[in-house]
Amino acid sequence: MRLYEYEGKILAGKVGIPVPHGVNADSAEKAAAFAGELGRPVAIKAQVLSGGRGKAGGIRFAVDAREAAAEAESLLRSEIKGHKVISLLVEEKLPVQNEFYAGITYDEIAKRSVLLLTRSGGVEVEEVAGEGVTRAYLDPFIGLQPYKAKELAKKLGLSGKILTAAANTLQALYRLYKTYDASTVEINPMVLTEGGEIYAADMRVDIDDDSLYRQKKLIELGIPHREERGREPTELEQRAAAIDQLDHRGVAGRLVEFDGDIALLIGGGGASLTIFDAITRFGGKPANYCEIGGNPTVTKVKELTKALLQKKGIKALAVITNVISNTRVDLIARGVIKGMIESGIDPGSFPMVFRSAGSYEDDGYKILDKYNVKWFDRTRSMDEAARYVVDMVSGMGGK
Amino acid sequence: MSILVDENTRIVIQGITGREAASMSREMLDYGAKVVAGITPGREGRKVHGIPVYDCVADAVKEHPADASIISVPPAFARDAVMEAVDNGIKLVICLTERIPKLDVIEMVSFAQARGARILGPNSPGLISPEKTRLGYFGGKEPQKAFKRGPVGIVSRSGGMCTEICNLLTQGGIGQSTAVGMGGDPIVGSIYSDILPLFQEDEETKVVVLFCEPGGKKEEAAAEYIKEHFTKPVVAFFGGKFVDNMPGTRFGHASVIVRPGSGSTQDKARLFTAAGVKVVNTYSEILPAVKEFLNGGA
Repeated sequence: MRLYEYEGKILAGKVGIPVPHGVNADSAEKAAAFAGELGRPVAIKAQVLSGGRGKAGGIRFAVDAREAAAEAESLLRSEIKGHKVISLLVEEKLPVQNEFYAGITYDEIAKRSVLLLTRSGGVEVEEVAGEGVTRAYLDPFIGLQPYKAKELAKKLGLSGKILTAAANTLQALYRLYKTYDASTVEINPMVLTEGGEIYAADMRVDIDDDSLYRQKKLIELGIPHREERGREPTELEQRAAAIDQLDHRGVAGRLVEFDGDIALLIGGGGASLTIFDAITRFGGKPANYCEIGGNPTVTKVKELTKALLQKKGIKALAVITNVISNTRVDLIARGVIKGMIESGIDPGSFPMVFRSAGSYEDDGYKILDKYNVKWFDRTRSMDEAARYVVDMVSGMGGK
Repeated sequence: MSILVDENTRIVIQGITGREAASMSREMLDYGAKVVAGITPGREGRKVHGIPVYDCVADAVKEHPADASIISVPPAFARDAVMEAVDNGIKLVICLTERIPKLDVIEMVSFAQARGARILGPNSPGLISPEKTRLGYFGGKEPQKAFKRGPVGIVSRSGGMCTEICNLLTQGGIGQSTAVGMGGDPIVGSIYSDILPLFQEDEETKVVVLFCEPGGKKEEAAAEYIKEHFTKPVVAFFGGKFVDNMPGTRFGHASVIVRPGSGSTQDKARLFTAAGVKVVNTYSEILPAVKEFLNGGA
């Protein structure tokens, strides 16, 4: 779960990372009032969940209240890279002497947390590689000790009181990472002011979704738990997500909508990727990506089938899974058939394919036979099933 | 031969009284796996399909020495369960639990590394050495339909695709030495480059198949290892090529997300090819590719 900058700075304040004096404003009036009280130039920053905000025009500057009101007004009405601006963080403008980057994230090869430092700020963590990057892999049972933080800060070319301030900030950053179960934290840029002080000019914090159950303290700090999406979910995606919440048995409803005409009910995790590729390779156009697995209930499969078939322009349904270990084939078959019938669709005549194998497969095939549904077992590959359904759709010609 | 486990591997199951774990233990026994004890705090003295249950791993292994443990406990307790197994001398821990906080995973993996133990998972389906033993979910009730003993080693980021590929090979008359589900999470205890050295040493394994996905750097690390150290033929297949065109969106496993400039299947496949790996475009092509290598086409 990615946090807004102002939320990240709430956490920064809790762990002792110095942040510029500022206010989160949801109106131009509030932004202007802060600028007026401050009596010095301010930065006005759009609060959006996307990187590259500065380049996209999401950061403005103003010298007084009047300018602040005008900039705030225009920013609040704008979109940044397709994201709605929810509010503005108005802060004192820092007199910058130098900028650095400091981040902590996990490394899946070392299987450890890694602290990254560079002498130039403003880069994305994904681009932090190669020359000039200091990497420190952290032992989780030792953490970031003061001596280590000092050694690392020294590599930024700092000395004297500033060295101590930077080292303290790195330790505080690790504290934030650990205390709030972050998967990535970044101070970018970490600013050294002309007055010789260290500030987190911008904060990025991503919280590990799997730890939210023990991060109720975020809610107490006014940071609600949110579902992560690159864009606003479509109606179908929302409906599918609601279906997945019907009960806790299995997964059936993690769905991403696409622009095609073949409804996909596919699984599991790796196989759904493989099947989507296969449908596309044979020239088919998926109406959605989704995955089922972990032995979902008949109700979930039924409701998901109904939701998929309701989409306009659906020409065929592909129910394809890998050979499964713990999901029951008969339950999937029953759910799909029920969903079709409740949608007023005759399973025997609607263009579709069912390919699955595993527990209770024979019972599943019996159900499908009863309704005249074409099924493939483990002797026929998922590729064959994908080709079969694509051919059916292209056989329908220009209809 | 096989890697990591064989018919003599003695297994305990932590969380054995849970519904899923109990039925898995039945299936494992049916396959001939030596499940010697189960552990669920507060349930000592019970039996699950004849398997004695203990409160602590320490007590269980005193009575029933064990080589491997399977972890099937809720996410909040997984870190502690793994550390308990390792602290009691178990050298192979298979963590089936998914959705464990990342910082817990880092701690349990570090703890195991420091004590010379190996972790598979989290979010691993387990592993199987066909006709010898299985640890975990592979094959469900009828593993003999999808798995048979033979010369192919498999490592996969997906449990389902691991079964699917073994089924494909078995249908084509080719068996497997050991199939390993490494788990679909970003941080797992053993990645391709941790497992491949074992296949290199294993005499029974003649060809290795890798199931790969977009996102992360595990394939990149594997390519580097193979280029430098691995001498047997490797066939790799990628699921999720379409994800290359959709950076920032997660599909399937938690680790499947392409970032600008990193994690695309195209880049990974290029590195594999440069390392001498045969990258096939569709999973059906795995079978002929493996056959060709087995017939000396390498």
